[in-house]
Amino acid sequence: MADEQLVIEKPQSHEILARGYTFGTITDQISAVVLTKRTPLFWIASFGLGFILLQLLLASAVLLFGKGTGIWGIRTPVMWGFAITNFVWWIGIGHAGTLISAILFLLNQKWRNSINRSAEAMTLFAVACAGLFPLLHMGRPWLFYWLFPYPNSTTVQPNFRSPLVWDVFAVSTYATVSLLFWFVGLIPDLGTLRDRAKNLFAKYTYGILAMGWRGSARHWSTYDTATLLLSGLATPLVLSVHTVVSFDFTIAIVPGWHSTFFPPYFVAGAIYSGFAMVLALAIPLRAAYGLDGIITLRHLENCAKVMLATGLIVAYAYIMETFMAWYSGNPFEQQAFWNRMTGPYSAQYWFLVTCNIVSPQLLWFKKFRQTPVLLFISSIIVLTGMWLERYMIIVSSLAQDFVTSSWSLFHATRWDWATYWGTIGFFLFLFFLFVRLLPMISIFELRALLPQAKVGEEVKG
Amino acid sequence: MKADIYGVMAEFDNPTALVNATRAVRDRGYRKLDAYTPFPIEELNDVLHLHKNKLPLIVLAGGILGGLTGYLLQYFVTVIYFPINVGGRPLHSWPSYIIITFELTILFGAISTVLGLLALCGLPMPYHPVFNVPRFSAASRDRFFLCIEATDPLFDKQRTSGLLATLEAKEVSEVAH
Repeated sequence: MADEQLVIEKPQSHEILARGYTFGTITDQISAVVLTKRTPLFWIASFGLGFILLQLLLASAVLLFGKGTGIWGIRTPVMWGFAITNFVWWIGIGHAGTLISAILFLLNQKWRNSINRSAEAMTLFAVACAGLFPLLHMGRPWLFYWLFPYPNSTTVQPNFRSPLVWDVFAVSTYATVSLLFWFVGLIPDLGTLRDRAKNLFAKYTYGILAMGWRGSARHWSTYDTATLLLSGLATPLVLSVHTVVSFDFTIAIVPGWHSTFFPPYFVAGAIYSGFAMVLALAIPLRAAYGLDGIITLRHLENCAKVMLATGLIVAYAYIMETFMAWYSGNPFEQQAFWNRMTGPYSAQYWFLVTCNIVSPQLLWFKKFRQTPVLLFISSIIVLTGMWLERYMIIVSSLAQDFVTSSWSLFHATRWDWATYWGTIGFFLFLFFLFVRLLPMISIFELRALLPQAKVGEEVKG
Repeated sequence: MKADIYGVMAEFDNPTALVNATRAVRDRGYRKLDAYTPFPIEELNDVLHLHKNKLPLIVLAGGILGGLTGYLLQYFVTVIYFPINVGGRPLHSWPSYIIITFELTILFGAISTVLGLLALCGLPMPYHPVFNVPRFSAASRDRFFLCIEATDPLFDKQRTSGLLATLEAKEVSEVAH
């Protein structure tokens, strides 16, 4: 079939798709990113950066396995340090993907269709990065399977009353369900790639992955039910995952951790940082691949609005947290918060308040929300702020708990930083592989959004 | 007796024409037919009477199985197999079982959704006759197809093809086995 010429108008800021797309051109534009021999410089640069940082991760992991966790700055009493900070940060980032794909689907938000695929991929890769940290932090990662209840000759089993074991189940369920959801969403588009690929190897690979999908009406009917059911299952799951992560803290009695509002506070923070990451990825991608007819200003603006809303919830949580510390009358809680604001970590504390509470107030302005460059900068600031928030919760609470004689500060080593930046590299590496090898935007869902997809009135005759 | 072809297939260039043609063909009494489209079309479910499928039931069963597995696993381990006294709490400490019970409910539910979807659609399917139509690759791009299968009692190569040709079809072709 002859390819059609792509003719679209410049999208209005309220539109979720530029006018002028046809079923053919929208298919061609998205699949062309994958089915081309030409790789843009932007991709090579981003992937290259990821690849280099990935080597840093491998090097630090090798050193860690050789020498033990002592290469990190974790010393008594701050034994969680960077590892758990990074774990919570990455898991949180993943939440936006599931929110976009499941919750916005149930709420019938059409704009999600342009960004759900890449956001789900982001979830998957963020969870992969998150999962590395508890494993590396174990010291003996090759024994990770001790976390699962399995029949063994020592007859020892995990303690199901421990939130750390709950976390194992929550995170591994989350990773599995995200993978399934993402793959089910990909099947029809893999069929498209199979039918459009010229290269025999690509044709067979996509063909095997598409499993013989042929777009039958009977299949679509079941498929829609499956998407709905998966969304229904993923919605409580995504809210539960960061809740369970927050239980790692709240179930302990450490001052600054032991509070009941951690679950909603953590979930809001997770979605906040997740949407920041969605923007940080979508803005360069749409510019580099000319996708501004598909990922329009409307999408960026909506993401910014979600960021603002969740940012305000986070701000409320900071204020409430401080208020409750004072109101509890518990001297240890009061001391913990006083230390945060004026103690050795006060610089980080006030910096995170600036990043997470003060700077997002700019998102109230429409002009700001519709300027991609500013949004990109804003999302990086939020990502930094949210990382610092987790650092603050973990490190400052552990460094100064009950007995003054056991207080000690945390000093990150270069290997802490190398591992952290290494996972950022791992994330970029995986994400850009995905961009190059799979359709980064759900093609079939966009076809269904086009005005010509509407079935007209029945013609009697 | 096996028919010498799989069926006949008509191609349409817009969803309205496909839905109208499907409705017309069904009104003539054809039942062994399927439509192939690049995206889900809700109206086809009405026309082809596809509203019920067994998937929700499969998922419900999977979810219940997951929940039971989660709870009983923890009960068995903490009460029977490896009882440990943590601060004098009862061995059967059900509130701490809630989370893993919930997670396994979701996990089993999601896995049964995907396996159920594949089973109900008969996927993976390495070969299907509709792909023998050269233009069928456009079914995953911008064309809409309606196929009447030869197993239908009313099927007659000439007459059925003739009927499809009257329904705004762009092209009518035979589907080889």
